[in-house]
Amino acid sequence: MNKKQPVVYPYIPNSEPSIKQQMLDEIGVASIEALYEDIPEALRMKQKMDFPEPFLSEPDLVRHVEELLAKNATCKDHLNFQGAGCYQHFVPAVCDEINGRSEFLTAYAGEPYDDHGRFQALFEYSSMMGELLEMDVVNVPSYDGFQAAATSIRMACRLTGRNEALVCGAISPDKLSMITNYCLPDISIKKIAIDQVTGNVNFSALEKAISKRTAVVYFENPSYLGMISIDGTELTEIAHKHGAECVVGVDPISLGVIAPPVEYGADIVCGDIQSLGMHIQFGGGQAGFIATRDEEKYLMEYPSRLFGITPTSVPGEYGFGDVAYERTSFAIREQGKEWVGTASALWGITAGVYLALMGPQGLAEVGEIIMQRSHYAAIQLATIKGVESSTFDGPYFREFVVNFDDTGKTVAEINAALLAQGIFGGKDLSQEYPELGNCALYCVTELHRQADIDRMVAAVREIVQ
Amino acid sequence: MTQDIMKFRYTDGKPNLRRFHQARWDEPIIFELSQQGQRGVLLPEAESEIKEIVGDILSTIPETMRRKQLPALPEMSQAQVLRHYLRLSQENLGADLNVDIGQGTCTMKYNPKVNEQLARLPGIAEIHPLQDEDTVQGILEIMYQFEQMLKEISGMARFSFQSQAGSQAIYTCTAIMRAYHQVNGEADQRDEVITTIFSHPSNAACAKVAGYKVITLYPDEDGYPDFNALKEAVSERTAGLMITNPEDTGIYNPNITKFVKVVHDVGGLCFYDQANANGILGITRARDAGFDMCHFNLHKTFATPHGCGGPGGGAAGVSEELAKFLPVPVVGWDGKKYFLDHNRPDSIGKIRSFYGVAPVILKAYAWVMSLGADGLREVAEIAVLNNNYLLKKMLEIPGVSAPYAEGKPRKEQVRYSWQALYEETGVSSEDIGLRAADFGLHYWTSHHPFVVPEPNTLEPTESYTKAEIDEYVAVLRQIADEARTNPEFVKTAPHNSTVHRIVNHDPLDKPEQWAVTWRAYRRKLKQHEA
Repeated sequence: MNKKQPVVYPYIPNSEPSIKQQMLDEIGVASIEALYEDIPEALRMKQKMDFPEPFLSEPDLVRHVEELLAKNATCKDHLNFQGAGCYQHFVPAVCDEINGRSEFLTAYAGEPYDDHGRFQALFEYSSMMGELLEMDVVNVPSYDGFQAAATSIRMACRLTGRNEALVCGAISPDKLSMITNYCLPDISIKKIAIDQVTGNVNFSALEKAISKRTAVVYFENPSYLGMISIDGTELTEIAHKHGAECVVGVDPISLGVIAPPVEYGADIVCGDIQSLGMHIQFGGGQAGFIATRDEEKYLMEYPSRLFGITPTSVPGEYGFGDVAYERTSFAIREQGKEWVGTASALWGITAGVYLALMGPQGLAEVGEIIMQRSHYAAIQLATIKGVESSTFDGPYFREFVVNFDDTGKTVAEINAALLAQGIFGGKDLSQEYPELGNCALYCVTELHRQADIDRMVAAVREIVQ
Repeated sequence: MTQDIMKFRYTDGKPNLRRFHQARWDEPIIFELSQQGQRGVLLPEAESEIKEIVGDILSTIPETMRRKQLPALPEMSQAQVLRHYLRLSQENLGADLNVDIGQGTCTMKYNPKVNEQLARLPGIAEIHPLQDEDTVQGILEIMYQFEQMLKEISGMARFSFQSQAGSQAIYTCTAIMRAYHQVNGEADQRDEVITTIFSHPSNAACAKVAGYKVITLYPDEDGYPDFNALKEAVSERTAGLMITNPEDTGIYNPNITKFVKVVHDVGGLCFYDQANANGILGITRARDAGFDMCHFNLHKTFATPHGCGGPGGGAAGVSEELAKFLPVPVVGWDGKKYFLDHNRPDSIGKIRSFYGVAPVILKAYAWVMSLGADGLREVAEIAVLNNNYLLKKMLEIPGVSAPYAEGKPRKEQVRYSWQALYEETGVSSEDIGLRAADFGLHYWTSHHPFVVPEPNTLEPTESYTKAEIDEYVAVLRQIADEARTNPEFVKTAPHNSTVHRIVNHDPLDKPEQWAVTWRAYRRKLKQHEA
């Protein structure tokens, strides 16, 4: 290529010199520089930006990025037992087909008239989540499960006019950090410890802490450590007895087998939908949901978009639009509820596709298969001398805590040895939950075959003995 | 004889307007398609040995905590699900199919397909965020290198990509502002944040969530934020200024350093909302104007798709002094390998789970690597060229104006006003937008409140050809003509879109009627019938 020729960039059609000139003539200026005349000289960048040489041709770019990505080991070529908030579940091909569609992928803030499809798809997503949760209001997705929990807590504080939140049982320390940050400076977040036997909420600690100042009792089911709550009703009752709202965090993929929280008295339900058809993507597939009963006082506290169904001027035609838009920051800036903006709509559409493909039977089956496989893995690990698995009493879903105290090896050492055999061992909990000892959080989903589990167990056995 | 079809497609050498009709499948709600017993996918059953060993696993869940009734989800075969969603996708215009210059402030540029392909490779789609650092060197390198690029573009010292979108990055910066004043022992005293009405609503809203009282500056008669009002607003209570430049009007404020100085003089911090950065890449930098913090939207300036409203990517950048407050972790390089630096005692903590939207960061990185320093500057220059060309053409339409800074060039966008047309014909900016849908074009009014009456914000970006920009203008000219000759036709639009106008807004605003889910709708319908 002749270096003297200016580059005509494929993404910048009017970089072609003759068109550029034609447009300048039309505007009536001599150069593009004239269009920047109001930026003071002192603020102008004098030097050219210091960037690496670009890959102007598409094949070169592809080669470059492929080479970088080749430095990553993947959960396709390794056996993965890590979860802790990001889960490797089955992603049906149709989910990827739909979220890769140009029309959905590249749309943004279209009106119900030009982007009718996204309104209907997101209304349907909310509707299917509503069936899973047995609740009548579900938002257009917020950023992630962290945000959904933090906003649910803020909603509960506004509803009660109180400013103390009790976060009970096992929760991701990262999530707790985010919630604490998000609730500053006006809400105090108090952590209620876990029961060392059941791994669930420490009931007496909760009873001691709760008072008339408490706005919200928050707990997760299953918890961060995988435990299924066995006393949901007691927890919601204690919250209600003190005039507090009860917020329950769930992973919707568990709701084919675990009761929806509304059944045991939850007021607000929230969580992450990544399990419903999103690839793990180094944590890029997260998206949050918030659900409540259909009462004005709840609905008006949502910061999120809520898409509602409505007739149009043509009989029999479904139309959609924003419900109670005037509560949002789009409408009234800082007077609105928190804020609304770009969040995770495409993952909401994808989760809708997932739920439609799975159907009622699929959801029930996936829940049972996950429980079968995870319990099998825990049972097999427990056969290794010095390994305790699962460390808590009670049922668990997908994840369980494995203690290696009596093996004489740290989780880090075990995981390094597993990695050498192509296995990503469970998440090391020794920093986050030092009181549990030398523990790891193992995650087993419907994708783990018996042979995969057996291979991991054999590797652990060999490493610790 | 070969018929000349083309001659009917042009008038006076110019192409006729498109005879567009959007797909209208009249698609049912998904629950209506359900048929008992249908399956969309099947799952791998647990092996018989597993079943034998674990037994009746569901019985380990206490009765009260077990699901008793299957969720009432639709039951559909796979192709049926696919068809339903493909139809919905066709009923969605999306940016790829239209000259999407009608959503000003949102930088609807081309999202290269090659980047989509790359982001779906297993090397990014199938990596877990908790993998050993040694096994994710590729993505860490991308994050680290992309940070160096944003540092060069902005002059800032460090960036975090943990935010999922622009507003979350704005919130990150308000949290950093709060932490900074906390460390200085001034958090209680400094309880006010100043912003402008032509900055995105999230600046005001995020500051409010972070605990601040919000003071909003309005434009002076030239369209710049009122400097005298700023001088009156600042005090020992000022925590900071959150401002956009150019603002939503596309007018660059040349006195921006004076604004920054006034706020710094009273001990406040200055945050630069750079959602509107597309026209100034490589031209002028946030840090050089004295700002302490800034943010970019990867789904705007850096060409990643908007996904119907996310996931996007927010990049929050800060000065050296504020770097210690950034969310954990940040990506470091120790001379041998890339690592996640969690050891940051002054950090505000987590803003989002894990490290942000990794595939979006990858796409933004790939986009910059496809352009380089010269290409990025070309992006800015052509975005500004296109915008001023569009401005020239728009102002030739009777009934439209571009308030403020008359005769001066704008940067990447312009907030227009159809007030004159409205007064003449009764056709509003919103009506024009609904009619634009009939031509396969998206059109947006503006953020509330409408300080510019009957507003419409257009941002042509660098992505569209001159002919495409001409087409958009020709459609608006046609609609303005229709407003004069047949206003009723415009006011009842759209006519060629998927659906027709919603005339009664009660089902969206009245608690006894609104329905956010199908189950709520069915329930309210039944109540109404009873």
